[in-house]
Amino acid sequence: MTTIDLGLPQLGGLDGVPTTDDKQTAKDFTSDQEVRWCPGCGDYAVLAAVRQFLPTLGIKRENTVFVSGIGCSSRFPYYLNTYGMHSIHGRAPTIATGLAVTRQDLSVWVVTGDGDALSIGGNHLIHALRRNVNLKILLFNNRIYGLTKGQYSPTSEEGKITKSTPFGSVDHPFNPISLALGAEASFVGRALDSDRKGLTEVLGAAAAHRGSALVEIFQDCPIFNDGSFDVLRKGDDAAKRVISVRHGEPIRFGPVTDDGVGSYAVVREGFGLRVAKTDEIDESEIVVHDSADLNLAFALSRLSDQDLTHTVTGIFRNVGRTTYDDAVRAQVNHERETRQADLQALLNGRDTWTVAG
Amino acid sequence: MTSDTAVDPSPAESGGGREVLTRDRVVIRFAGDSGDGMQLTGDRFTSETAAFGNDLSTLPNFPAEIRAPAGTLPGVSSFQLHFANYDILTPGDRPDVLVAMNPAALKANIADLPPGGVLIVNTDEFTKRNLTKVGYESNPLEDDSLTEQFQVHPVAMATLTRGALEETGLSKKDAERAKNMFALGLLSWMYHRPSEGTERFLREKFARKPDIAEANILAFRAGHAYGETTESFAVTYEVAPAPLPTGTYRQITGNTALAYGIVAAGQVTGLPVFLGSYPITPASDILHELSKHKAFNVTTFQAEDEISGVGAALGAAFGGALGVTTTSGPGVSLKSETIGLAVALELPLLVVDVQRGGPSTGLPTKTEQADLLQAMFGRNGEAPLPIIAPRSPGDCFDAAVEAVKMAVKYRTPVMVLSDGSLANGSEPWRVPSVDTLGTLDPEFATGPNAPDGSDEFWPYLRDSETLARPWAIPGTAGLEHRIGGLEKADGRGSISYDPDNHDRMVRLRAAKIDGIPVPDLEVDDPDGDAELLVLGWGSTYGPIGAGARRVRALGRSVAQAHLRNLNPLPANLGEVLARYRTVLVPEMNLGQLSLLIRGRYLVDAKSYTKVSGLPFKAEELQDLFLDYLNGVQT
Repeated sequence: MTTIDLGLPQLGGLDGVPTTDDKQTAKDFTSDQEVRWCPGCGDYAVLAAVRQFLPTLGIKRENTVFVSGIGCSSRFPYYLNTYGMHSIHGRAPTIATGLAVTRQDLSVWVVTGDGDALSIGGNHLIHALRRNVNLKILLFNNRIYGLTKGQYSPTSEEGKITKSTPFGSVDHPFNPISLALGAEASFVGRALDSDRKGLTEVLGAAAAHRGSALVEIFQDCPIFNDGSFDVLRKGDDAAKRVISVRHGEPIRFGPVTDDGVGSYAVVREGFGLRVAKTDEIDESEIVVHDSADLNLAFALSRLSDQDLTHTVTGIFRNVGRTTYDDAVRAQVNHERETRQADLQALLNGRDTWTVAG
Repeated sequence: MTSDTAVDPSPAESGGGREVLTRDRVVIRFAGDSGDGMQLTGDRFTSETAAFGNDLSTLPNFPAEIRAPAGTLPGVSSFQLHFANYDILTPGDRPDVLVAMNPAALKANIADLPPGGVLIVNTDEFTKRNLTKVGYESNPLEDDSLTEQFQVHPVAMATLTRGALEETGLSKKDAERAKNMFALGLLSWMYHRPSEGTERFLREKFARKPDIAEANILAFRAGHAYGETTESFAVTYEVAPAPLPTGTYRQITGNTALAYGIVAAGQVTGLPVFLGSYPITPASDILHELSKHKAFNVTTFQAEDEISGVGAALGAAFGGALGVTTTSGPGVSLKSETIGLAVALELPLLVVDVQRGGPSTGLPTKTEQADLLQAMFGRNGEAPLPIIAPRSPGDCFDAAVEAVKMAVKYRTPVMVLSDGSLANGSEPWRVPSVDTLGTLDPEFATGPNAPDGSDEFWPYLRDSETLARPWAIPGTAGLEHRIGGLEKADGRGSISYDPDNHDRMVRLRAAKIDGIPVPDLEVDDPDGDAELLVLGWGSTYGPIGAGARRVRALGRSVAQAHLRNLNPLPANLGEVLARYRTVLVPEMNLGQLSLLIRGRYLVDAKSYTKVSGLPFKAEELQDLFLDYLNGVQT
């Protein structure tokens, strides 16, 4: 990766945001608005996790801002007692960019869905990620349009029967993790709505990361795409599908064998990866996760595409790269410190003439 | 006051025995290929003229293609400059002097040169191939067709430039590229322009290529010397400085003035400026200019698209910055939804639309005023916002400052409607003293405001006088709140689907904008007995004023009034309209202001429209006004 040294100190995601020693609780972060998602919606679990998680950051509540677009998940800001904006469809990353660039003292979060982020707002998402603005983007992926009542989304599987695809969708879906990595996102993670621990861990790392963080959250829509992620939640079968990765650890998963480790592992194959049974390979073949390795992250995102056979969760990528907002502020600050801002001189320019009375 | 018409020359003798003619006003048009540097040549002549103290007005006219095929008609680029010893209002209808650098430039412009006009031609480009390219069957310089009508001066500019640069060791091609400076030198000599500024400019522009700088200066001097030493030019001309109001002046284009207005507005309000913009002709120069001024706490963000530009500006405004977005008509179309969000959020935002020919991509480099109704109504739902239209390049500065003050005070997006002719046109600008710009405290909310005395913050509780809501920025403890595009409850600001509340909020938003005080409309009716009122807006101020002067010089009465505030309209407009038997509205669209006037005031306003991509001509408006005065048109 090419980096330009701007002489900026290595900062954490929350550096510059005022902290507090006051004890804060989930209740402090709960607004007076009645939550109005459908019963059984995965959004409830994510909201509960976020309300629990935010107080642990130790930053002032008033310096926390949630910006959303349009869709079911985009109601999220109304339910948090922070500053918030429920904007327009697909545009939340743009609004958050303007806010993050001008306000170093804010922790800025974007809440978006698969339609909002990847369809109407796809352009803004990839550009926010490549710029590496200090934003945390929570992408709620339920692989369906819920608020408009059940059309296929840009992450819906091919062949999916929906209101707008009665003969089955012929549209090829995005893989959000691959897309984010392709846009050179410096932080990419994924979690399941029902996995409070895994979700909180990814959110914590995202908050600590300076730069754009994309966190894909698999989330169920009980009305229009019920049980779509059930295969990842229940029983032995789920354990064979979910591959939880952690930096520096060998990638093993599946039902635990006698020696206390997963019965499956990820090994290299050509330029990519494949899943193997641990008893059929040598331990040295098992890939050790390295969240700084872009190619590995990409290969992990391709382990399965639409069918959830092998679904990686955790942090795919986490690397330091100069953020757009820090670099912009550095230029502005440098000019302010080294150049006198004389408005009259600016207006006069160099070629004036005087008309005497 | 002299009328905006040519006067007879009065001969005089110059020291060298050369005749010097005095002129009140002159219009010069430089025309050449897009690659010939005509805009730079015109710019420099303008600067020399400004430094000399004439009043001036310019009209750059160039193709949208960066380099259309060389020597073709679509590739012709021109720059017209009008300068005078009195205050003038337009870039001039027709040139007195046409400089044609190639056959295409001659062909495209000769029809505008009046009989007797001065034609200076670069003969080197009049090759058989170039002539054929633009449809000349024979060389017009070799028959009488031109000399019968015009004062023709054939000059081998490329050859002469090459000769002057022989010693520099530059290649033939590089040397010939300086021929535009040769032309500038020649014209500078003819009109007694000061040359120090141009030489200094060239040294600075080519600071990193001193040999190129020197070559251009040599070519410039060679042009000057050519005029002085050859017998080709029998006369030179003097145009005395204009008696403008006292003050410090500089030359300025509309885009530069707008950019300075934005910088100044940041200082006036004490707010950091955040510009979110996407490059688009003819607005990009505002982005370029603002990107230089970080020292004034100005941040520029070149976004991935128009929508992102305005979105980021609105996000910055939410955070307490002065959010600005600059674009042209197609960009406004893309930004419409976000501007509507800004109306709902009731946050300050400056939207600049430098109008160009439409619809769609239209005529990117040509001017038009056809975005008025888009600015008024181009959003879903009832989404009113204030609109201010500057009337001259220098006025773009004031318009920007006023628009920002209005946006901040009333917590609303405000649109400034400039256009291509203002953006690229220039005039002498009396530089304001910064002390006169005033200050405006943005008055951020600092504490709870609930009317029941609780510790709640109500984001939509309005100021009883301005109807503006509080601007509470993130980081302020106790004022955490959520805003958004969904309808909000009056006062408390939570989501509300209540029918009565929505009706009230729509009317409140409209009443807030309608209640913004704007200055009364002033009418220029020097005779006091006019029955015809000409009502204009935006960049037509100059041509309408020049047309009116001509009519008055003929002993007829006409009144002129010019709208700067298009929304809300001045409170006295209805009364003004009622005073005149005929109200005539000339516009560079198909009648957008006249539609508003007819709808609002039930006045039978007459519409005169033109959408040719070029400003009105004074002569055309003079004829129009006379037609109405003589009853030829009613």
